[in-house]
Amino acid sequence: MFRRIEPGTPEQSPTVSFEGRQIAFRPGDSLAAALLAAGISALRQSPVDASPRAPYCMMGVCFECLVEIDGRQNQQACLTPAQDGMVVHRQTGARQLP
Amino acid sequence: MTYDLVVVGGGLIGAAIAWGASRTGASVALLDEGDVAYRASRGNFGLIWLQGKGVGKPAYMHWSLRAGRLWKDLTEELHAATGLDTGWRQTGGLHFCFSEAELDKRRDVLARTRADGGEITMKFLDRAGLRDLVPGIGPQVVGASFSPEDSHVSPLYLLRALQQALQDGGGSYQPGTTVAEIRPEAGGFAVATPSGPVHGRRIVLAAGLGSARLAPQLGLSMPVEPERGQIVVTERVRPCFPYAANCLRQTAEGSFLFGSSHEEVGFDDGTQVTTAADLCATALRVLPGLEAVGVVRFWGSLRVMTPDGLPIYEESSRYPGAFAATCHSGVTLASVHAFDIGPAVAAGILPAAVASFGSGRFDVQAH
Amino acid sequence: MSRDWDAIVIGAGPAGMAAAATLAEGGARTLLLDEQAEPGGQIYRAIERNRGNARLSGILGPDYLYGTTLTERLRASGAHLRFSSTVWRVEPGAAVWSRTNGTVALDRAKALVIATGAMERPVPLAGWTLPGVMTVGALQVLLKTGGLVPSGKLVLAGTGPLFYLFARQCLDAGVEHLTLLDTARSGNIPAALLHLPRAFTGQGWRYLAKGAGLLASLRVGRVKLLRGVSGITIEGEDRATAIRFRVGKTPHRLTCDLVGLHEGVIPQQQIPRSLGCPFDWNDAQSCFQPRRDAWGASTLPGIFIAGDAGGIIGAQASRHEGDATALAVLAELGRITPTERDARLRSVRHARDAHLSARPFLDRLYRPGPDLVTPPDPVTICRCEAVCAGSLRQAVERGALGPSQAKVFLRVGMGPCQGRLCGPSVTGLIARETGRSEAEIGYYRIRDPIKPVTVGELASASRRGAPR
Repeated sequence: MFRRIEPGTPEQSPTVSFEGRQIAFRPGDSLAAALLAAGISALRQSPVDASPRAPYCMMGVCFECLVEIDGRQNQQACLTPAQDGMVVHRQTGARQLP
Repeated sequence: MTYDLVVVGGGLIGAAIAWGASRTGASVALLDEGDVAYRASRGNFGLIWLQGKGVGKPAYMHWSLRAGRLWKDLTEELHAATGLDTGWRQTGGLHFCFSEAELDKRRDVLARTRADGGEITMKFLDRAGLRDLVPGIGPQVVGASFSPEDSHVSPLYLLRALQQALQDGGGSYQPGTTVAEIRPEAGGFAVATPSGPVHGRRIVLAAGLGSARLAPQLGLSMPVEPERGQIVVTERVRPCFPYAANCLRQTAEGSFLFGSSHEEVGFDDGTQVTTAADLCATALRVLPGLEAVGVVRFWGSLRVMTPDGLPIYEESSRYPGAFAATCHSGVTLASVHAFDIGPAVAAGILPAAVASFGSGRFDVQAH
Repeated sequence: MSRDWDAIVIGAGPAGMAAAATLAEGGARTLLLDEQAEPGGQIYRAIERNRGNARLSGILGPDYLYGTTLTERLRASGAHLRFSSTVWRVEPGAAVWSRTNGTVALDRAKALVIATGAMERPVPLAGWTLPGVMTVGALQVLLKTGGLVPSGKLVLAGTGPLFYLFARQCLDAGVEHLTLLDTARSGNIPAALLHLPRAFTGQGWRYLAKGAGLLASLRVGRVKLLRGVSGITIEGEDRATAIRFRVGKTPHRLTCDLVGLHEGVIPQQQIPRSLGCPFDWNDAQSCFQPRRDAWGASTLPGIFIAGDAGGIIGAQASRHEGDATALAVLAELGRITPTERDARLRSVRHARDAHLSARPFLDRLYRPGPDLVTPPDPVTICRCEAVCAGSLRQAVERGALGPSQAKVFLRVGMGPCQGRLCGPSVTGLIARETGRSEAEIGYYRIRDPIKPVTVGELASASRRGAPR
């Protein structure tokens, strides 16, 4: 759905893992941008009706981009800078207590 | 037209009385304020809490126990009438204790309840017993008292169901109708509203904090004062804590509520961070696993408190047919308000069980 | 950690950056907070990273690069900058509770400038919650912050200056399949024309020229442009794959991979509302805005609002308003005399007003249609709680007279976004259904926290503001 307007250097790219899959990103990307750039569609499943949801506003207002980052649930991916080695999962429904 | 019963105040008390009256055949009008109002009903924590209710106050204890035991009927009847679920769950209630002394106090509560002729099932759990019920219980919790008779409900869904049941049954719900004046007239009462007078043979004043102002017009005394309680609400969490509890509960949608505080701040229904912080700190002592859960709102609400905290139910001696109804336990008592008070006031009387709840009791201290 | 400042500024967009810089240059101990990791707000997102990038800057245009003068001035001013900090509660007085990386902080100041800017007007239509549907602003953020541009079939639906600007940026970035569905209503044109003469004054003619240039270039570009579009619905199972709409009475359907929506922007209301600031309905802009005096002072002592958060005025006017508000604060702090304040305000006011002359024309021309607040019953109004327009209509019929009661019965506004995306629709729909004005209906009561904090973080907020 998205492409970079500039070629990058994929061999040297930092990566996050999303649902076990390695995703390359560019420094400065928010996690949401990195995931969208990788072609990921739904970032979460609504806890109310299980519908697939994805970023809508990219500015922290809509709370649709909630994902689990390094074990922390319901984090706004658009407000979180992507960092090398992050382990990310979809937020499937409501938070689960440990 | 002249209604059999006009109820001023569309909160949990008014709505329950109105519906209760209408389902026995009375024609009822429920007058409610607009969108911006204090609305104690919206601030209720949602517990139907029987263990320890009214200790030392036998009439109130018995009234509350009766109310608790009628709750199943209430929720079933509302569901049958409207298709709506009040969210009532009788999963039992836990009162968490952080010391042996606190646990002893809970034992004392049961003893005193029994001494007043009340009967309630209460178990006392130590840590091991508690861990079976609540695997994530925090290390500081020493034990708890548990009563299978306690339950919880969504006060908002309850209010919605009561209002809808009233309307579906032919009653009149009139929102946006702030009442400034009530005048006795031949055959009953005339309530002045922005859209003209509403006439009723009998009238109930159940307007929460607004009752104090209107009561004298009906020869009633309703000395109520605000007491603030704050509640903290979290994001949805997967259902994991089904019980009612003294300091927290998980709603049907999954949000946790932490409550509640008691503050004398006049009519300030705002919030104080330290209070919200304390509520969170207590919740974390009980369930440390809540640490990372997001808080999405906290707010204050004004309880409607009489001088001794017990209800006022009273018929005006000056204007028979005019009744006062106020309490701070509009959820627990919703059943008896609907099944006992509603039909009674429509017929112009009050149940014998509430005879001691007149406002005259406040004058006794005057010497 | 609790700290005392002369002034705290919330928001590092044009208004906030200008305010913080002017305050600090004026000798006030100033703290600037923003939840993003970099300054710039939305309009100048990633400006510091991008200014050296000729290709991207070229696509984004010269107006974007103007942001560098603001960030440079900010960095040189001596204002204390705290990024990645989310404000979650503001108290009159003023006290600001924030969180940075999981740590709660309390800062106090004699004066507070709320410069939290604008957000996109929510566009509730069938299918808008599907993955692959975003605001035009969101797509622009992806371009600015990641050099990302839509591949595949892009459909932009809506209208207004940002709508056309982004379309142009897409073409310049090489988007191949672009369709524009313009929802601007020709019925607006006669009334808009009444404001046209004024729009030529001040700096207004620049905006008109830019707009005309954009429209002209779009007509010759590789873009399909349809006007007078209405009745939009988006289809798809797990993501948006097609869009239906009408041009006049003629139905159309297009397949698509990505949909961008835009119907203008509205002030972010949360913080002033949480403080209890009175709001007025701005009918010309179809939005609520907080009541302020000419220089941004709210009705609460020491609390100021500057920029789009106070009413939509655009980036340039926001920057001048930031300066103006800072001057008012400096005078209140005693850092400058009222005479000096008034002298400096004269030129700042002149500069700001020059950028406002075209607004009445543009606002009227691109005024959203009524279908925006009267969606069909199945359309989701509250995304967080999945409540549809039909449920809200039913609640109104049953006596829910306003947003607070609707919230109580339907849970609209009770989700994580705290009513940001449904508030305008709920107020608008209730207004239409009851035949009353938005001003009469009012808006949600906004509760703290402004943005979620964790139970642990809130528990740590103690009496003196220091973590326990």
